[in-house]
Amino acid sequence: MTSAEAFISIRKVSKYFGAFQAMADVSLEIGQGEFFSLLGASGCGKTTLLRMLAGFESTSSGEIFIDGQPMSEVPPHHRPVNMVFQSYAIFPHLNVADNIAYGLRRQKLPAARRQEMVDEMLELINLTGYGKRKANELSGGQRQRIALARALILRPKVLLLDEPLGALDKQLRERMQLELRALQRQVGITFVFVTHDQEEALTLSDRIAVMSGGRVLQVDTPAQLYEAPRTREVASFIGNMNFFRGTVRCNGSAMAAIETEGLGTIPIPAAQITRPDGASVQVAVRPEKFALSASRPDAGQAVEGQLCTTTYLGERSHFYVSITGKAEPVAVSAPNSHRGMEKMDAQTERALWLSWSSDSIVILDAQ
Amino acid sequence: MSTGSYIKRPNRALQVYAVLFLVVLYVPVLFIPLFSFNDAVHVRFPLQGFTMRWYSELWSRQALWNSLWNSVRVGLVVAVISTILGVLTARSITRYRLKGKGALVGFIMMPLVIPGIIFGVALLVLLSRMGVPLSLWTVGLGHLIICLPFAVATLLPRFEGFDPSIEEASADLGENGWWTFWRVTFPMALPGIVASLLLSFTISFDEFIMAFFLTGTDPTLPMYIWGQLRFPKEFPSVLAMASLILFVSFVLVFIAQWVGRMGLESQEKEGLQS
Repeated sequence: MTSAEAFISIRKVSKYFGAFQAMADVSLEIGQGEFFSLLGASGCGKTTLLRMLAGFESTSSGEIFIDGQPMSEVPPHHRPVNMVFQSYAIFPHLNVADNIAYGLRRQKLPAARRQEMVDEMLELINLTGYGKRKANELSGGQRQRIALARALILRPKVLLLDEPLGALDKQLRERMQLELRALQRQVGITFVFVTHDQEEALTLSDRIAVMSGGRVLQVDTPAQLYEAPRTREVASFIGNMNFFRGTVRCNGSAMAAIETEGLGTIPIPAAQITRPDGASVQVAVRPEKFALSASRPDAGQAVEGQLCTTTYLGERSHFYVSITGKAEPVAVSAPNSHRGMEKMDAQTERALWLSWSSDSIVILDAQ
Repeated sequence: MSTGSYIKRPNRALQVYAVLFLVVLYVPVLFIPLFSFNDAVHVRFPLQGFTMRWYSELWSRQALWNSLWNSVRVGLVVAVISTILGVLTARSITRYRLKGKGALVGFIMMPLVIPGIIFGVALLVLLSRMGVPLSLWTVGLGHLIICLPFAVATLLPRFEGFDPSIEEASADLGENGWWTFWRVTFPMALPGIVASLLLSFTISFDEFIMAFFLTGTDPTLPMYIWGQLRFPKEFPSVLAMASLILFVSFVLVFIAQWVGRMGLESQEKEGLQS
């Protein structure tokens, strides 16, 4: 994304709370109409960044631009952004319609137009007829939608969402995820979404910024983050990952190789390796990229191992296979695509072949 | 559920104690309205007959009405000022991370446990040293010291349950600090504010000790009543006045309690939901 297209531009922003550095030199560009997630464990700075976009926290250094305008001198009530709070922050003394219409006061609309806009919003969030309800008569999912409507009625340029689905139970959360994604496409507003739930981020986002310790580790599409993480930290934060120590071997020919501890020597086209001969690397392989078989497969690469443990998860099972050259067992995940797979449980210590294709491995810097 | 749990088992001795307690507490008070309708100057049994004379006599006492008006004025001013200060105090205590918050709250609540006579003497000495003439203003100042802890104690629970993101949401939706206060903070704290106003007014209205030290030439109502006690003939009218005050105080305190609880209950429902 070039900065010409960037709708929100965060440039070299740092934030200190006293001596504690909550945000270290973060730069991000977010495009118009994008569903952008800030993903990280609690305390990684994602909520601080969101609150800086809303104007509730100042930046210690750096500048935030929204639609080309610098924001540091703009107070929260003048920013072209609206926020859905983690607690929803529904006004308890107002009914649903008055909550939704709260921000319209300054527009001085005729009562009929106001009512029309509120009704439109109630329809958008599937709560038609709930206008006169008291805020405390609503369920968590309903409050969450009111918080959304209250922000969207002002047609903000950016909608900020602070873990809005965190307080909902699993089934409702999954439904709200779909609704939220559909809503975002419908209204076409830029969404900046904070979450600690990687699955949620992968499901919803166009792009995700993975954050840790006040830094942005990687910004990418969900598929790129999962398939091509750039650091070990990102690789292990999103999904599960097996790591193998390795050394690059290239002799100038078209094919190079990586000598690994455990997986043997893996041939890789030299063009894909940017590192010099003899460089230490880590080879990372997702558990589902491995295949298990009783005998050596005809094609592809394989090593022999012994089954240690099996975990049956219903739709899939996790197998832990010990191989020579690696201390901890390799995690393998396979779908239970036909009956009988679960019986592997009884077959620990049985010999198995572990196979993979060389295009499913990820090469990372050694730590 | 009388056979139910251990705690709920009926206890005859406790019931008797409770009734005795209430009798001792309220029977002396009940003598006041009783004798205010008695057709005799002296307060003694047997009752001489029913009369409204003492009440009608109240109308002709200009000094009494002056003192009543003085008390109402002082009470209103004290109620408004102590509630405003109470709102500011409760808000700062709950909103900002203050060092030594506990000590601060304790300091604010101190007048509850310091005898009024000490405050009265101290203020009298201070004011006379400063050359401030005694007036209703000095009485009001004394009452403010007494009322502030009650105002803070009434308002603090309202502000403690306050989610700070509610005010942020208002700012986020385009309202500045002024409008956020009037559209969100004030209506949410309103039951507490009403309760604080009523409580402060009541306390100021029947306060005696501070008024005794700090009154100038204009007496407050309790001061006037005290003055009348020296004249036995005036005593039945004082009883009539006291009965009226008792009635009004009861109504005010009842409303204050009711309003305060009404607000808190809806807030608790809120808490259960989220």
